[in-house]
Amino acid sequence: MSNWPLLSIITFLPLVGVAFILMIRGDAAIVARNSRNVALLTSSATFVMSLFLWFGFSRGTADFQFVEQADWLPGTGISYHMGVDGISVLFVLLSTFLTPICVLAGWSSITNRVKEYMIAFMVLETMMVGMFCALDFMLFYIFFEGVLVPMFILIGVWGGPRRIYAAFKFFLYTLAGSLLMLVALLYMYFQAGTTDIPTLLHHAFAPTAQMWLFLALFASFAVKVPMWPVHTWLPDAHVEAPTAASVILAGVLLKMGAYGFVRFSVPMLPQASADFTPIVFGLSVVAVIYTSLVALVQEDMKKLIAYSSVAHMGFVTIGIFTLTPQGISGALFQMLSHGVVAGALFLCVGVIYDRLHTREISRYGGLVHRMPKYATVFMLFMMASVGLPGTSGFVGELLVILGAFQVNTWVAALMATGLIFGAAYMLFLYRRIIFGKLEKEDVKAMQDMTGREVLMFAPLVVLVLWMGLYPMPFLDIMSVSVDNLIANFETARAAADAATALVALN
Amino acid sequence: MVSEIPNLYPALPEILLALAGMALLMLGVFHKTDGSRLIGNLGAAVMIVAAVLVVVFGGARQVTFNGLFVTDSFAVYAKLMVLISSAVTLLLAVKWLEQENIIRFEFPILIVFAALGMCAMISANDFLALYLGLETQSLALYLVAAFQRDTVRSTEAGLKYFVLGALASGVLLYGVSLVYGFAGSTNFDVLARSFAAGEPVSPGVVVGLVFIICALAFKCSAVPFHMWTPDVYEGAPTPVTAFFSVAPKVAALALFLRVMISPFGDLLAQWQQVIIAISILSMLVGGFAAIVQTNIKRLMAYSSIGHVGYALIGLAVGNQAGVSAVLIYLAIYLLMNIGTFAVILSMRANGRMVEGIGDLAGLSKNRPIMAAAIAVMMFSMAGVPPFAGFFGKFFIFKAAVDAGLVPLAVVGVLTSVVAAFYYLRIIKVVYFDDPADQFEPMPTHARFVLGVTSVAVVIFFLFPLPQVLVAAGNAAKALFGA
Repeated sequence: MSNWPLLSIITFLPLVGVAFILMIRGDAAIVARNSRNVALLTSSATFVMSLFLWFGFSRGTADFQFVEQADWLPGTGISYHMGVDGISVLFVLLSTFLTPICVLAGWSSITNRVKEYMIAFMVLETMMVGMFCALDFMLFYIFFEGVLVPMFILIGVWGGPRRIYAAFKFFLYTLAGSLLMLVALLYMYFQAGTTDIPTLLHHAFAPTAQMWLFLALFASFAVKVPMWPVHTWLPDAHVEAPTAASVILAGVLLKMGAYGFVRFSVPMLPQASADFTPIVFGLSVVAVIYTSLVALVQEDMKKLIAYSSVAHMGFVTIGIFTLTPQGISGALFQMLSHGVVAGALFLCVGVIYDRLHTREISRYGGLVHRMPKYATVFMLFMMASVGLPGTSGFVGELLVILGAFQVNTWVAALMATGLIFGAAYMLFLYRRIIFGKLEKEDVKAMQDMTGREVLMFAPLVVLVLWMGLYPMPFLDIMSVSVDNLIANFETARAAADAATALVALN
Repeated sequence: MVSEIPNLYPALPEILLALAGMALLMLGVFHKTDGSRLIGNLGAAVMIVAAVLVVVFGGARQVTFNGLFVTDSFAVYAKLMVLISSAVTLLLAVKWLEQENIIRFEFPILIVFAALGMCAMISANDFLALYLGLETQSLALYLVAAFQRDTVRSTEAGLKYFVLGALASGVLLYGVSLVYGFAGSTNFDVLARSFAAGEPVSPGVVVGLVFIICALAFKCSAVPFHMWTPDVYEGAPTPVTAFFSVAPKVAALALFLRVMISPFGDLLAQWQQVIIAISILSMLVGGFAAIVQTNIKRLMAYSSIGHVGYALIGLAVGNQAGVSAVLIYLAIYLLMNIGTFAVILSMRANGRMVEGIGDLAGLSKNRPIMAAAIAVMMFSMAGVPPFAGFFGKFFIFKAAVDAGLVPLAVVGVLTSVVAAFYYLRIIKVVYFDDPADQFEPMPTHARFVLGVTSVAVVIFFLFPLPQVLVAAGNAAKALFGA
């Protein structure tokens, strides 16, 4: 097993599924059924393959593992280079874990153009996994941008009434940011003579260059995270996207920006990261508090969860820029947890949306009487989102606050305020949908979850509880890499300080 | 004095094209029935044979005809692009013109002569040879633009193109005469040697140079000399537009590269700002003006203006990496444009051709494969990886950043977001809108071309990007080795 190109297999297996789906012929019903089956089979197979990463990953080293390298573009030094370390491996797993669930989520709600839908999802999976595995900046960029294509189609074709506006906004916002990152990439390539990430990690960029590079990368990653004030594409995209696309959007795509910070900004541009920390803190705190307040007054369930995502990602960016082991581990853990929980919450919305075809909160009420199973599941994820101890949300938030407390008490205090608002809007949402009198006729007619839906939620429930009750396996796998990241960061800072001191002496 | 016969081998492709063009003309005149299709196929075959000759006899730098004519790797690369794209568009065109009942046997012959002119341009090593090639090409192009004689739009396009083109040729000649007057030669090698000394050049040369740049900018439709492009693209018969948007554009840009680098390479400081300005303006106009277009041919006109702007970034860089990036860009541009026009040439509903963007509405429901191919082309044109168009932009921007022209790269990046908007709009119409009239099935030719180009655009990063990189690198080296 060890000499298999495991990462390439995981990355490109979904494309094999695409090839099979393309070969399906016959009348519409057969094509739809077979496309669903092939997509589910491929994505499950991909997940199974990715489990080899979990078991085969050696936890004692910060080096990149499962490395593959092949020549690609002659004369440019750009190569096909893949590998994972403790920071990225979990996100590969998150992506492969969520995709089969998304395929199930669209099982019966997507009825037109099923074939194209499944193809888009498979391509999306390839892009996501490839992005987390890429060890060449150019390769990373290709996957990072490539995600836009299937997502644009998913939102635009299967989305809600304002899907076109949302799809364009999503695409253009992200593209503008990414292209600035491209310029930064080119500049780093020019300075360091390579786009190889492990080499770039040890290249010291000049302090002034670092500032501009940081800003260019920030433009891209901040849009993707999204950070306030460039978050406005997110509520639109989430509201209009079909359920499964929302799950991927919240579950994986938002993580790409934060992953970019951890992989590129912090280790490659340590000086600039330290200098920009107050600004990142400021923006994140605003995000946490402001978007939580905005979430409180939403009438649309998906919009509410979308705003809560912005708030939760604010925790993540704070955690990363505390530049402490607790903060970064907490941020990574929070990313995983949010990926699962926000994904699950969108699925919860999807379940009742499929029945009543509205996302307006006031149209529901009293669901607990008719849908007890649903109410239980929804409660668990609602609690996880709030950060109740025993759920995955608690661990990440606690670690991030611990990290922030060491750096800046005010930031920690304001974040904690955000947590209270978080509890308020989630409980408010839950009360309005699940409790209350069951009065509306159409709501009375709603059925509880089907077997397929239970199957879809079961792994998510298990994971949320596992991560909440026994988080050690997850923290273990990332700890060495995180420590290594901090150590390199400190060394680089010390070297830069020594250089400035030397200049000052002379 | 009896002069020896010059070495003809380097010019063999051009000689073949000239002789074959005349032979086909005779065939057309004396053929009893209408032989347009036969001549069309033969014309395409001749161009492919010429392309083979280019490869066989090209390679190392050879100068012949008393220094008027040169072949080198650069010429090989550019001629291959020109000949192959001419042959493909010719095949598509003949089919289309037949369908519309406006085919005449002169059409393929004119295209063959245009190709001859373009090859001569690319191989010009002297302003006289350049002018000859340019005019041979242009005269043929004026005629094909007005080929649909009984429609007002087409004749207007031809006339407009002719008047403005003649003006540009005049400007070019004026510039050349100034350069000749102040620098003493029209030969590229001699000029290059005289500027290489590094002495300050006379202002007359610089004025002449600016005139030459204006004329060449006209020929490759760069802003502010682009005014003719949208009208001609819209008015000319669609296959002619397809042809215009590929081969002559590539030839003009190749010529632009050779003229700027080969004789005037050492005057980079004098012309760099001009090219930067033209490039930025082209990107801006190409991006913003295309947004409001409703006719797809006009949209493609503005799109091509934008693409020229990006290509000119590479020229503005003025070094080997820049030229190589332009050559890569052109190859990719060619691929995308041929593919897109294969679609536009097949936009046929209810028995007549349509060219509104709205006519594509809901294509993904009626013709899913065609729709997917358009989507691929548009994403690629917008520069979204992993499609080919991204790599074109990547190497252009890379050259700019390496040469310290970061602001230019940033402008390029921002305008490509604007451009992405209108490319996405086409995808939106195709995928998100409700179906309009169903198109008739694509003709076999067009289907084949679209299939090949879209697959090539998708897998470009695997093949042939590595090969193109090497070839473009060699071609650029040849241009600087002189």
